[in-house]
Amino acid sequence: MNAHAKPAPLGGPLLNAVTFTAGVLIAVMAVIVLVRFFYGLGAVTHLNDGYPWGIWIAVDVVIGSAFACGGFSVAMLVYIFNRSEYHPLVRPALLASLFGYTLAGVAVIVDLGRWWNVWNMFNPWTVNPSSVMFEVAVCISAYIIVMWIEFAPTFFEKFGMTEAKRRLSKIMFLIVALGTLLPMMHQSSLGTLLVVAGEQIHPLWQTPLLPALYLTTAITMGYAVVLFESCLASAAYRRAIETPLLTPLAKVMLGMLIAYLVVRVGDLLWRGAWPRAFAPSLEAIFFWLEMAAFVAPFFLIGSETQRRNPARLFLAGVALMLAGSLLRLNGFLIGYQTVIGAETAGVNYHYFPSLTELLVTVGMFAVEVLGYVIITRRFPVLPREAAHA
Amino acid sequence: MQDEGVLTCLVQGEEQEIERRFGISRREFLKFCAGLAGTLGLPAGAEAAVAQAIESAKRPSVIWLHFQECTGCSESLLRAEHPTLEKLILDVISLDYHETLMAAAGHQAEKSRKDAMAANKGKYLLVVEGAIPTKEQGIYCKIGGHTALELLKECAADAAAVIAIGSCASWGGMPSTVPSIPGWDTSPTGAAGVSEVLGKTVVTIPGCPPNPYNFLATAVHFLTFGTLPATDKLGRPLFAYGRLIHENCERRAHFDAGRFAMAFGDEGHRKGYCLYKLGCKGPETYANCPTLGFGDVGESNWPVGCGHPCIGCTEKGVGFAKPIHAMAKMLNVAPPLQYPRITEDVGKGVSFASAAALAAIAGAAAGGAAMLARNLGLSHQAAELEKAKEGKAKTQAEA
Repeated sequence: MNAHAKPAPLGGPLLNAVTFTAGVLIAVMAVIVLVRFFYGLGAVTHLNDGYPWGIWIAVDVVIGSAFACGGFSVAMLVYIFNRSEYHPLVRPALLASLFGYTLAGVAVIVDLGRWWNVWNMFNPWTVNPSSVMFEVAVCISAYIIVMWIEFAPTFFEKFGMTEAKRRLSKIMFLIVALGTLLPMMHQSSLGTLLVVAGEQIHPLWQTPLLPALYLTTAITMGYAVVLFESCLASAAYRRAIETPLLTPLAKVMLGMLIAYLVVRVGDLLWRGAWPRAFAPSLEAIFFWLEMAAFVAPFFLIGSETQRRNPARLFLAGVALMLAGSLLRLNGFLIGYQTVIGAETAGVNYHYFPSLTELLVTVGMFAVEVLGYVIITRRFPVLPREAAHA
Repeated sequence: MQDEGVLTCLVQGEEQEIERRFGISRREFLKFCAGLAGTLGLPAGAEAAVAQAIESAKRPSVIWLHFQECTGCSESLLRAEHPTLEKLILDVISLDYHETLMAAAGHQAEKSRKDAMAANKGKYLLVVEGAIPTKEQGIYCKIGGHTALELLKECAADAAAVIAIGSCASWGGMPSTVPSIPGWDTSPTGAAGVSEVLGKTVVTIPGCPPNPYNFLATAVHFLTFGTLPATDKLGRPLFAYGRLIHENCERRAHFDAGRFAMAFGDEGHRKGYCLYKLGCKGPETYANCPTLGFGDVGESNWPVGCGHPCIGCTEKGVGFAKPIHAMAKMLNVAPPLQYPRITEDVGKGVSFASAAALAAIAGAAAGGAAMLARNLGLSHQAAELEKAKEGKAKTQAEA
């Protein structure tokens, strides 16, 4: 791994159009979150009995944490499958994951009705170890801590704490192992959350295989995010693109995607849920959107020549991020009916995120962008650019 | 154990005396005393003091005045289904003047009142039933040539304590209802309560009629301790009127869960749901109706228990004042926030602002992605061209 260029801070101004916009969006979010904590969820969201989970859960937490799988997907590739050539991608991917997960954790607190009870989750006397939600919550909290430790060498390098870095590197293998295990546990458990919801989930998304589907898509989305993030960073910072690394990574991603699609389609056929995809319903429309997004990468980067084109890699990354997001949005929001038989009882529940809900979600992503810009500019994350040849 | 405690204060001879006097067994008598002590909210063991006070021969003299009323309060005391209640009442107190119950008539009756007042000056208990008309010097109610105003003032002057029984005596009750005729601001007779006429707070036992035990317990408190029980600022004993009906109501769980009878005889009404929406005044009326059975015939024998909304008869300004089916004002007990709401929000559809915001976000993301992809594609093309050129140059150089 020493053959690779060492990471170095990018330098450059911290205040520019991007960081300023992000700052404004974060300030707006802060005000809304403050209102939410003083006046309750009802004051700022459109949540109701039929839709107790809105976009703060479906997008900020479930999709947000799936976007944050880049770190663990690449780390798994590098450390578990010993493909050290991908090492330069680890730190930037880990950084994106760090923010993604930390914010997902924060977003959960914002969405919890009685957030002041959250400490019970960490109190061994009050936990319910049979709960899927508990597993997800504990794994995510543990993973956030593990990830900060995993990322700590970046800070140690910045502040010249070589001794601390040396000591940490001795146990790093353990941290990395945990950093792979924990996200695999809770990403699959996010699927289990829907399995236990039973018939409340639309048949197109309700299957005992959900944990496997959520896990495989989380990993593929992790690679998609790396493609996306590398292209975005190179374009934004006007750096050479790491195409030689991204091209084979995209191939790994496609391989995983094939495995996913085989299981997904096979499951739909085996369970006989297939006809529901042709029923005229919102669910069916969103199902086909989801499937289209999952298949799109094959058309975009199906051949080796296509995989060498960063534009196509970027679009394929975006398509797959969208696909994974749709799978989660469909399961957690669109195909989720909490009150069975509400329609026959004459109650029609509606949900569409309120402006304030949207602004909070946007603000959460703005925190990620701002954090990424500040850290890459001031801390050694991205590999040092070779002197202009 | 408590029975044994009481037993020690009842000597064998006294036991027989009780059976002779009240016509009930000692056990029944002690149960009655314990019931009264419990009604008063007295600590365990107090029934012994109550029993001792009751079984002593010294019964307090009671003068009972009737004014503008229906005698329902007296009737409820006497017609209680409990076989010995009326006997106990009449044996616990020495009822020296009661227009409905006394055998004497005319001048004889008036004389017995005067005699009792003179004999027990400063020691007798004055009970007033009915409102006092105050208009035209009180000419609307006269007994033996005296107006109710004169009688009340005369009897109250030397009384040890005054108890106003029933809503009429408490604040005017039903006779004080103002006719719904424009221009009227008082009742036709100017009916007033005892404390209004006497100009001082007296103990009131409002209700139409009040639960006999509330009166009896107040009287026994006086008998046992020589004082009247603690009251609220309207003179109502706190042991009976300290809590809203709503707080102890047997239908309260239905209120909290949002299950209401909407019309008499509807499904909710038949299932015993909360009567709040039929105008039940329980949420703004202080009384112990839900906790103390009325007339000794079981716990359903009170308005709410048998399916009628409470009319608020113990509460001035509610009973006989508010329409029976008008919704009550929630005084201080609202259901906790975490309980289901009466009508659940079913959610809003798309709002213009949120749809526009979502479209703007999606548009910006799509536009940004397209531009980025285009730039990446262009630089890729340029790089490929460069490579091709280099390759060509190389082959040319080699050639």
